[in-house]
Amino acid sequence: MEMDNVTFGVTMLVAGMGGTLVTLGLLSLMMLGLGKLFPYKEEAGKEG
Amino acid sequence: MLEAILAGLGGLVVGFKLLFVNWQNLIMMFVGGGLLYLGIKKDCEPLLLVPIGFGCILVNIPLSDVMLKDGFIRTIYDAGIDTELFPLLIFIGIGAMTDFGPVLAQPYTFLLGAAGQFGIFLTLLLALALGFPKLDAVSIGIIGACDGPTAIYVTSKYAPHLLGAVAVAAYSYMSLVPVIQPPIMKLLTTEKEKKTVMKFTAKPVSKTTKLLFPLVITIVGGCIAPKGLPLLATIMLGNLMKESGVVARLTGAAENEIANVVTLFLGLCIGATMAGPAFIRAETLIILGLGFLAICLDTVCGVLFGKLLYIITGGKINPLIGSAGISAFPMAARVVAKVGMQYNKKNYLLMHAMGANAGGQIGSVIAAAVMLSVLAGMGVIR
Repeated sequence: MEMDNVTFGVTMLVAGMGGTLVTLGLLSLMMLGLGKLFPYKEEAGKEG
Repeated sequence: MLEAILAGLGGLVVGFKLLFVNWQNLIMMFVGGGLLYLGIKKDCEPLLLVPIGFGCILVNIPLSDVMLKDGFIRTIYDAGIDTELFPLLIFIGIGAMTDFGPVLAQPYTFLLGAAGQFGIFLTLLLALALGFPKLDAVSIGIIGACDGPTAIYVTSKYAPHLLGAVAVAAYSYMSLVPVIQPPIMKLLTTEKEKKTVMKFTAKPVSKTTKLLFPLVITIVGGCIAPKGLPLLATIMLGNLMKESGVVARLTGAAENEIANVVTLFLGLCIGATMAGPAFIRAETLIILGLGFLAICLDTVCGVLFGKLLYIITGGKINPLIGSAGISAFPMAARVVAKVGMQYNKKNYLLMHAMGANAGGQIGSVIAAAVMLSVLAGMGVIR
């Protein structure tokens, strides 16, 4: 069945923008975690 | 014999005659000239506007066969645009050129990069309301990614007949970011918000984090939005090469030779899609208008999200940095720094804005990838 434009547009807005926000939020948390797991000082200490 | 000579000589003026018969071609030759003027005289994205302008003139010369079967630009188009190869090769170069350190130092700026993508989806809605077919509306909305290669990738795949208009809108408006954004930023923020000082303490990021970043983005992003994996993977491959530091020759080739050659071919091909009869239509003007609106909406939503963060953090975040959450890197960040300085000469917002801007670069790719996967999920594309 052909989807009407309103359903299509609203789905794109909700799933598309929502998906973008959630994905970037998740990546932001993962980067925060990576920063804590591998802090700069610790690595410099190892290298030193 | 005289007749044969006259007929032969007549062949030399056919082009000139047709020039005045096909007025659309003549107008487009002026448009091509205008693009060349913007690139050469006004330094407005010259790397793209010069080949685009030239390609536009070339395809509009009467009887030009450059875009016919086996024509020289058609051959390049089939090899690089039809296959979506060129935007992906450009992305390897962009990844190799971009330092994602500022966004890794302040991961919250990823969210500003997400807010800067609202324009894509709102413009898509507007395009649908104006009667554009679904995939055309998607390609028009993607101008709001403020990201030329992403716009070309999506449009060449799903609405190739709009490629010229979408690409020209994306690159032109990107270069107009310093003109488009400041009035919106000033209008949406209060005097107090504009003067908010954000202290910056350089927070270095470990090499391990910088190396894991492209891998994490590729794997996690790829699992969430597999339809956009080529976009994500190529930009991240370029960044991994840069951060690894062990493939300097490849990194150099990606950001110089490959990027330069592909930019030249890409520009020529885009220009060659601007043939008069196909380009001079009300639809093109509407697309240019919607593209402009898309970038305005990105800025509006970015600044509004910045205001939300200002409230949540008790006034610690200057809402102006929200406008940098788009992909025009590093231009949008510089605009924020400049506007911030206008209101408080001791306010150095550049590094914060760079974080949002790098977030916007990732954000635009993620938004396109998510969009394609949602479309696939709905069965609109395969």
